[in-house]
Amino acid sequence: MRSKVLSLIALGLLLAACQTAPQQGGAAGGAGAAVQPAAPPTSAAPATTLNAPAPGSRGDFELIGDRVLFDFDKSDLRPEYRARIERWADWLKRYPNVRLTIEGHCDERGTREYNIALGDRRANAAKRYLVSLGIDTNRVTTISYGKERPAVVGSNESAWQQNRRGQAVVN
Amino acid sequence: MMTLSSRPLSPPAGFSADWSMGRRLVLTGGVAAFWGFSQKMAAAEIRIDITRGQPQPLPVAVSTFFGATPEEAQVGADMARVVTADLERSGLFRPLDPRAFIQTPAALKAAPPRFPDWRQINAQALVHGNGEGQRDGRVKVEFRLWDVFVDQQMAGSVFTTPASNWRRVAHVIADAIYKRVTGEDGYFDTRVVYVSERGPQQRRLKRLAIMDQDGANHKFLTTDERFLVLTPRFSPTSQEITYLSYVNNRPRVYVMDVDTARQEVVGDFPGITFAPRFSPDGNRVVLSLSEDGDTRIYVMDLRTKAFSRLTSSTAIDTSPCFAPDGRQIVFNSDRGGSQQLYVMEANGADVRRISFGAGKYATPVWSPRGDLIAFTKITEGKFYIGVMRPDGSGERLLTESFLVEGPTWAPNGRVIMYFRQERTNERGQGGRTRLYSIDLTGDNEREINTPEDASDPAWSPLIP
Repeated sequence: MRSKVLSLIALGLLLAACQTAPQQGGAAGGAGAAVQPAAPPTSAAPATTLNAPAPGSRGDFELIGDRVLFDFDKSDLRPEYRARIERWADWLKRYPNVRLTIEGHCDERGTREYNIALGDRRANAAKRYLVSLGIDTNRVTTISYGKERPAVVGSNESAWQQNRRGQAVVN
Repeated sequence: MMTLSSRPLSPPAGFSADWSMGRRLVLTGGVAAFWGFSQKMAAAEIRIDITRGQPQPLPVAVSTFFGATPEEAQVGADMARVVTADLERSGLFRPLDPRAFIQTPAALKAAPPRFPDWRQINAQALVHGNGEGQRDGRVKVEFRLWDVFVDQQMAGSVFTTPASNWRRVAHVIADAIYKRVTGEDGYFDTRVVYVSERGPQQRRLKRLAIMDQDGANHKFLTTDERFLVLTPRFSPTSQEITYLSYVNNRPRVYVMDVDTARQEVVGDFPGITFAPRFSPDGNRVVLSLSEDGDTRIYVMDLRTKAFSRLTSSTAIDTSPCFAPDGRQIVFNSDRGGSQQLYVMEANGADVRRISFGAGKYATPVWSPRGDLIAFTKITEGKFYIGVMRPDGSGERLLTESFLVEGPTWAPNGRVIMYFRQERTNERGQGGRTRLYSIDLTGDNEREINTPEDASDPAWSPLIP
């Protein structure tokens, strides 16, 4: 029941966000209902029918929390995000035909090239843990965007924290 | 590029020329103002020493180049403006207001300068010239540089070139003047490739663009804004650039001929390739390859496609840059716990750390002269552009900001360009990103005009 309510709330947010173009990056660090409006569910029902995203879809994955956050200039997985990656693994086991891309991202407080390398390290840290949980390495690809694609705008600590992330996207 | 032929221009009858590079146009404020002294004491010269702090800019009169027809006169006026702007921007010259000039361009074409006319307005150097259409459709352009205090021609050349090439000729003339006065090669006949940016920070659109060093002849080299392009760098030997592109969301290093816009991927690997730079001979590209979270430095021979690994740590090794003699490579690495600068032999041997100051060091770029390495430094929440010697000594910080990054050298090793990004607020306002240049002395910091926001500048060598 609770998850259904969350789904409806998330979908509502999703629709709202689609109507107002520039958005914040969703509840990345919070309750787990991370919303990524730029990437709508691949097989969503027509918007008027308020259905939850199709099981195994991109939107469905986003409901379990699609990103993990990192400390400044670090790529170690924080304990609280290990649990999230464990949810990713469970979800992937439920939908064995689905593949993920994990994007590594950084805040703006580093140089461009170093940040591409750091983003790659973050994406691979998340991937390694996922593979250690039994997910086939071929189902998970990684890419780094360095500091090129912040989730949240603003030159402040809060935005920087939201932007230091590994973000998983269903292919 | 278009052809440009030139030969020296002898002084008019009755005047001496000083072609020797050992002698420089005299004149800094104090000494030159001592009037009778400079008249006859041609040997007691003082050069503009650009290795020191901000010198007194040299007062120079750049007369409109004479043209007999209205078209030639227009080009002559435009050329004088380009020369004037180049000299002014260098910070080493103070061009005088042409409205004060007494002798006309036509009079300068007909007879040698009337030096008292120029001394009267406190000019210390005089530049004039003329342009004339040829039967074959090309133009012949002459220019002369005079030391107004010793009545002596210091430089002079004749150029024959397609008329459309007039702007380049003006830059070549400005380079000749700069060289004659400072003893150093100029940097005006050069181009800058950079990343033109627009749009909100989360979905920034980036295109490669190229322009003359003074912002003229701007054009975009890539048009597809779906894919990011980053960190273009010029070949030291040809009109080619190497850069990172996210074409089809596969970050790869590419090489492009900027005149034909033909591009080619530099090898295709399972990981991400980025941070490319040409070797001094232009035949190889040194770059980073990230695989499974480790980032190492490789070098790729562009002709044989041979690919060899130079570093093997499990750290981040990136932003490699060859020394101009090709024997060493500087790069940044966090192998010691924080980002620092390291130098190794070109084959990867003998790695030693060179940066030991407080903070993190990144984006090292070897000066074309070989004597210094420019870098980005991050410490206590601020970014700096600085230089140090290749052994790590003599660190000097030239400029600081919320975010400055990505130094690139003018080919004479005397001016550095970089980009500066301002803070963004939580509503997405701000974030203005622009190119700047600064003298090696830390003086003469200037914003470079670009149509949109701009980052990742790379200075070309002097155009052959």
